[in-house]
Amino acid sequence: MRTTKRAHWHHLLIFIGPAVLIYSVFLALPLVDSLRLSLYSRVDGEVVFVGLQNFDKLLNNPFFSERFWGALKHNFAWFVLFMAIQNPVGLLLAALVSSPKLKGAAFYRTVIFTPTTMSIVIIGWAWTLMLNPLWGIVNDILNFFRLGAIIPSRGWLGSEDTALIVVILVGIWQYIGLPFVLFLASLTAIDEELIEAARVDGATGWSIFWRIKFPLILPTAGIVAILTFVGNFSAFDNVYVMQGSTAGPDYGTDLLGVFFYRTAFGTLGSVPDLYMGTTIATVMFGIILTGVLLYFFGIQQRLIRD
Amino acid sequence: MAVQVDAKQGYSAENLVPTKSWGQRISAIIPHLILIPYSLLALFPLFIIIVNSLKDRRDLFRTPYIPPLWFSFEDGFHFVYIFSSSGYQQVFERANVLLYFGNSIVVTSAALFLILLTGSMISFALSEYSFWGSRFLALYMALGIMIPIRLGTVSLIGIVRFLGLYNSLPALILVYAASGLPIAVFVLTEYMRQVPMELKDAARVDGASEYRILFTLVMPVIRPALATVLVFNMLPIWNGLWFPLTLAPNEKVRTVTLGLSAFAGQYKTDWTALLAALTLAMIPVLILYGIFSRQFISGLTRGAVK
Amino acid sequence: MKKVTLLAFVILMLLPMTIYAQDDVVELVMGSWRTEDIEQWEAMIALFEAENPNIKVIFEPTLNTEYNTQIQTLLSAGEGPDLITCRPFDTTLLWYQDLNGLADISDLPGLENFSDVALGAWSTDDGSATYCVPMATVIHGFIYNVEIFDELGLEEPRTESEFFAVLDAIQEAGITPLAISTKDAWTITTMGFNNLWPNFCDGENTRLAMLSGEAKHTDDCFVNTFESVQRWADYMPDGFQSIGYADTQQMFPLGLAAIYPAGSWEIPLFNSIADFEMGAFRPYQPDDRAPEDCWIDDHVDIAVGMNANTDHPEEARIFLEWLTTQEFAQAFFNNQPGFFPLGQHELEAPDDPLAAAFLSWRSECGSTIRLWDQRLRRDPENDGYAVTRDNMPLLMNGELTPQEIAQIAQDRMDSWYVPGE
Repeated sequence: MRTTKRAHWHHLLIFIGPAVLIYSVFLALPLVDSLRLSLYSRVDGEVVFVGLQNFDKLLNNPFFSERFWGALKHNFAWFVLFMAIQNPVGLLLAALVSSPKLKGAAFYRTVIFTPTTMSIVIIGWAWTLMLNPLWGIVNDILNFFRLGAIIPSRGWLGSEDTALIVVILVGIWQYIGLPFVLFLASLTAIDEELIEAARVDGATGWSIFWRIKFPLILPTAGIVAILTFVGNFSAFDNVYVMQGSTAGPDYGTDLLGVFFYRTAFGTLGSVPDLYMGTTIATVMFGIILTGVLLYFFGIQQRLIRD
Repeated sequence: MAVQVDAKQGYSAENLVPTKSWGQRISAIIPHLILIPYSLLALFPLFIIIVNSLKDRRDLFRTPYIPPLWFSFEDGFHFVYIFSSSGYQQVFERANVLLYFGNSIVVTSAALFLILLTGSMISFALSEYSFWGSRFLALYMALGIMIPIRLGTVSLIGIVRFLGLYNSLPALILVYAASGLPIAVFVLTEYMRQVPMELKDAARVDGASEYRILFTLVMPVIRPALATVLVFNMLPIWNGLWFPLTLAPNEKVRTVTLGLSAFAGQYKTDWTALLAALTLAMIPVLILYGIFSRQFISGLTRGAVK
Repeated sequence: MKKVTLLAFVILMLLPMTIYAQDDVVELVMGSWRTEDIEQWEAMIALFEAENPNIKVIFEPTLNTEYNTQIQTLLSAGEGPDLITCRPFDTTLLWYQDLNGLADISDLPGLENFSDVALGAWSTDDGSATYCVPMATVIHGFIYNVEIFDELGLEEPRTESEFFAVLDAIQEAGITPLAISTKDAWTITTMGFNNLWPNFCDGENTRLAMLSGEAKHTDDCFVNTFESVQRWADYMPDGFQSIGYADTQQMFPLGLAAIYPAGSWEIPLFNSIADFEMGAFRPYQPDDRAPEDCWIDDHVDIAVGMNANTDHPEEARIFLEWLTTQEFAQAFFNNQPGFFPLGQHELEAPDDPLAAAFLSWRSECGSTIRLWDQRLRRDPENDGYAVTRDNMPLLMNGELTPQEIAQIAQDRMDSWYVPGE
């Protein structure tokens, strides 16, 4: 129902102007300008054009490249774990809560989404305190369930084997409300008659889920996946709040977002380099754009066609 | 939606076999076996934070699991009273909690107002008129959905400074408005296209201006979509840490999230004060969410189905 | 409709501005990393405000590990607090020279009250410009729980073997001997390595030799220092890799550990929490050293400068000038036991046994400063302190040997530093 009304230019200007102005000045311009700044550097106090030298430095200078590849690897781990844990668990919870026969569905729905309403500052501090061996809340609970053996001797957030995973799990615990709500929406939108018909044909709950519901929620799964992907590259707060900007232990929880912050704004005992910072931002920009385009032109179109 | 579900339940109840089989009873319990532990997992950290914020630092370490007023059967029944408000006293003496809340309310409501107003206006133009460059404009506005604006922070600081807005609430308001616009335009344009042409044309015949049509005819019709946009943007703005940290770190313009996280940083050695600050930041969100959770989640899910 | 909307919009945008309505009093914001000293600073500032009723100073500290980041971000944007607490040497030189964030205050009346050594930490290499008013030094050593020592019949240790014998005795009694950890890696670097090396390496003589290229991190004395710190790992709290600075700052005064490898700056905080008697002993010496052949790290630590872009330069200068006075120095000394004033004023020592103990070492031993702070932190990628800090947790985990960490530190320094330049 495409409309074709012709507009007066002054109507257009008033309708479009404010939004375009705010959006351009405070979103589009800074993003584009950041791309430009990545081609500059400060040499002896003067800002000079250096072409692609910053990118060369990022990839070939061991000081930067080691951190860059390290952070990229952790971003990858973040994405994989979110996809492997957050989204399936979110789907499971949504499937359980969406069942029309469930008592207390409204209660569960509210509770499961509660952590998602909280600021990462609250969540991060809360979990850092609980994971701290000095207070020992998490360790006490594991001991109570006779799981003391899995407590790492270096503590959860200080051990290179567990720190990244624990930070990611806290992130999953917090953000699971989003996939949960998205899946819940698409599950409750499914026409009940379809399911009733299948039941009459003798299908069980399990096969109804896989044969009828699952294909219908695939587009939602696609949206959840791309949201996870983008969210992963703006992840900064979780690590910043829980592990500080040096992302310890030994940069074991470093993400590109934290690397960007540390480089652009400096941190204890290092010099801020705005231009290398924008270089890292530009690379992240490229990765996100590639991922999003792949999604739109590859995956989503196929999902919709199915 | 709730009405529909109730109707379904009534329908299936009529068709149920009078006595439930054991198998049915067990399968009705299974969802709760997963949902109850998960609910505990979601709420326990919040419980620990709130309970321990009401003790002094020695009791917090000694008895983290006992509420401030409790009882014990050791040496005969007696009450255990370990309540202390020292943490809260610290927070109110040392942090401008009310100022922070005021700032957060101003920033969140003004940004939401701008998003809804300018977002509706541009969406109306995009859905109502055909004009040269409209497709490009829609694409331009949509780009911001996927690219996190914080990648442009370095330039954004320069722009905000140039405009004389550094360390001011308008800086945060405008940046949050810019980052909320893409989703708003995306959702609102979809909805506005579905408002029947005849309705608008009838108004035009009656001599209504284009502005009148938008504000008194179209906007009331798409209220659910406006609510969705509101809900989508509310939490990220209220909970945001990055932009207050980089654009408005001054004490006078601190939002709750930044103010209390800075306080928490300053009082890292005083856990009761830290926990009191976290609780204060948490409680208003918890109360509001508790009251409006149904509207809140249905707002989110409506957006998701689109 | 349009007008109403526009009006609403304008009002909404102007609303927040009313918060900044000015009155006659000029407000100066003072940035600092001393979050533990809010009350003490407020007391000192009250003295200043009583004399200068038209100036109000707001002390606004940031968490110590985030302070540099925040100041650098703000300064590079031409913003930041009016008054800036300065770290010594290279860090602040960067703020002055590269970020143009600090004002040149070489002509400030009152600076003549400070020695060249004190001013040197906050001046350009050629001494032509000074940008912060020196305030205080901090001294490293060990603070201990006297009750635990008495109960176990322990004496203050002087040598390395005595020190570890004390640690063994405490551990056998089921108490955590050392309150130090590695989640905030700077603590083990500063209160571990920088605490010990002066006694192992002949203090100031070796530090100057390193600047001229004659001494190296790989010399035996530094390797022995790393080795001695590494031995602490067995006596630190369980899971020390997951424990932060703020945690150990609470552990010790709550009586959960016996010894705190310290900087004297902890004294006010510990006094406010601990309900037991505390004592202090000097950094221990290698066994073969004579008692009088000792060194301490008496680090020029803290100063205050003014933002080059402050809106109130005159008022900020008035405040800085006040910082050079005898009145301030005495107030600072009284309020901040554990910080030892740098000016050449005649001062009465505060009545604090812990602070007095630290201060007494100055007359007993030679003084030096932290190993890398002067000149060895100028290469952002091979900052001598940051390189060692990043590797200290690995040393404590046993993933690096003392020889290896010394080699890394030396190689990274050799990659850029030209001795004697």
